[in-house]
Amino acid sequence: MTTTAPSRPGPSGRADASVANDRGRTRFAQAAGIVAQREIMMQLRSKAFIISTLITLALVFGAVLFSSFGPALFDEDTEVATTSEIAPTLEAIDGLAVVPTDDADAVRDAVRDGSVDAGVIAGDGPSGLTVVGDREADSGLIQLLSVTPDVELLDPNAPDPLLTYFIGLAFGLVFFMSAMTFGQTIAQSVVEEKQSRIVEIMLATVPARAILAGKVIGNSVLAFGQIALIAAVTLIGGALTGSQLLLDGLGMPIVWFVVLFTVGFIMLAALYAAAAALVSRAEDLGSATSPLIFLVMIPYFLVIVFNNNPLALQIMSYVPFSAPVAVPMRVYLQTTEWWEPYLSLGVLVLFTVLVIGVAARIYERSLLKTGSMVKWRDALKA
Amino acid sequence: MLSIRSISRSFKGHQALKDVTFDVRDGLMTGFVGANGAGKTTAMRIILGVLSPDAGEVLVDGRPVTADDRAQFGYMPEERGLYPKMKVHEQLVYLGRLHGVSSARAAARADELLEQLGLTERRDDKLESLSLGNQQRAQIAAALVHEPTALVLDEPFSGLDPMAVETTLGVLRDVARTGAPVLFSSHQLDLVERLCDSLVILAHGQVRAAGTREQIRAAHTRPEWLLETDDAGFVRGIPGIEVIDFDGGHVRFAADSDAHADRVLREALERGTVRSFAPSIRPLTEIFQEVVR
Repeated sequence: MTTTAPSRPGPSGRADASVANDRGRTRFAQAAGIVAQREIMMQLRSKAFIISTLITLALVFGAVLFSSFGPALFDEDTEVATTSEIAPTLEAIDGLAVVPTDDADAVRDAVRDGSVDAGVIAGDGPSGLTVVGDREADSGLIQLLSVTPDVELLDPNAPDPLLTYFIGLAFGLVFFMSAMTFGQTIAQSVVEEKQSRIVEIMLATVPARAILAGKVIGNSVLAFGQIALIAAVTLIGGALTGSQLLLDGLGMPIVWFVVLFTVGFIMLAALYAAAAALVSRAEDLGSATSPLIFLVMIPYFLVIVFNNNPLALQIMSYVPFSAPVAVPMRVYLQTTEWWEPYLSLGVLVLFTVLVIGVAARIYERSLLKTGSMVKWRDALKA
Repeated sequence: MLSIRSISRSFKGHQALKDVTFDVRDGLMTGFVGANGAGKTTAMRIILGVLSPDAGEVLVDGRPVTADDRAQFGYMPEERGLYPKMKVHEQLVYLGRLHGVSSARAAARADELLEQLGLTERRDDKLESLSLGNQQRAQIAAALVHEPTALVLDEPFSGLDPMAVETTLGVLRDVARTGAPVLFSSHQLDLVERLCDSLVILAHGQVRAAGTREQIRAAHTRPEWLLETDDAGFVRGIPGIEVIDFDGGHVRFAADSDAHADRVLREALERGTVRSFAPSIRPLTEIFQEVVR
């Protein structure tokens, strides 16, 4: 046949029409690359993806700006009405706007009609002053006028618990949202191929593992890109507002977050792809991916509850699912030895490799099974 | 040439294919016929390597098929599938690239196919916005974009209007003309009879008949002739002849050999005017119903 075949028309000009030829199969890496490229391109073209990314970035930038300018907006001087004798004493104190009035009654009137926050008149007590309030005296003002005992701080640089809480919340939230968004994206893309049966055409030419690799790489690149953008916006916002907190305290934690998130996401993406391969219809995705949603939510909740518990954070930093959130928190709180984040990263990488192996097995075996959902256990069985 | 050798496959106790053997020869259109559930789709999936057989093998030019060979096959699955939200031309290029064709060549080939199939105006439309018939054409283009060295198409004509059948047929013939083996399944026996150079009839997972139309006819029917003359009653008396149908001047008979049939003709000419004498060709549908039973 090879020698007698008529020459092939069309652009190929291939005269050899034998079934076998030397063109060969697309190499694994190349096939994965083509699949990854499609995943990325389809997302970048999706308006919903672009808009939600821009909104997220705007929110993050807003939060950073607010954290440095926000408090100043509410930090107004307390307006205090007082008599002319006391006015010089009060004017010497920072944080008070003194409104001089004629006498004690005028001070009371000013407080009563709300034109000032509080009033100060002469009194009999040891301080010689009486604070006038409407229903309650301004506690800040009382503090300013009180004699404070000396304070000795043992750890003046320890992180503010409230701030710690919010930083934990922020890491948890970003992890949770990105993992969910891109996890669902990869799951949908797997089920789309399964449902439309295009996967049959693909499997006839490239191995299932190349398709899986392409999907995981494509979506991980997107997730990494989005997280890196969020990190960049946070750091740039911090630099613009001169926020020392961001520049000194949060720089390294954010870097660790991006690194660990990227590896952690690869693991989650592989799991999402495997879960999606178990079902044949987009409607069944919810039940297949719900165990994963728990895995993603656990670090989010734990970091909120345990953001001030060093032991819990230490344990979490060696659990692959929560490491991306726990390690940056520990770096921020400076409760780690220098090598601990690297160890966490190592554990995470090892675990990810294992998970990818299992996920690839499930994916490969379930891709052509249609009908009702394949059980995890059946998909793993030989 | 694609050769399917002694392939068996069962699913959960149900034997879908039993020792199936047939050839798909280069440059020929081979029709794959059988009732629903006869095992056509399973056999096609095994050829493509999407399923693996329990026993048996697929050969290409006499040696076992490799993944590299399969990557060059064109395949149209039974359940149609392309990305609903991707543009037609774009996904053809994507599939071409997965099959190892360069972007530029895949793009050129995709345009050429869309032109041939009358889809040029829909080139940049999303697949889901196309009518079902046009989606089907896009599906055919998807099987051809990488200039396959063999074609396996599961029901390529179902859902196509007669015009589209002709266009598609033209495209498939072009592929066969390049020397590639083409295997396609169909329920429409009349279509298969008209289009195919060769046939494989499958029933209950087994090959019941295979070969060219003529070979199948020869294997499954005694040759029959039709004679029209003034009075055909004499035919009954000729040895080696079995009258099947008789109505005055019209007779259909089976003969043990051409020589026996010739004797009938000679005798008829001696007795009167022969208005017509011809072999009676049974439609394949009849044979099909007989062999799948």
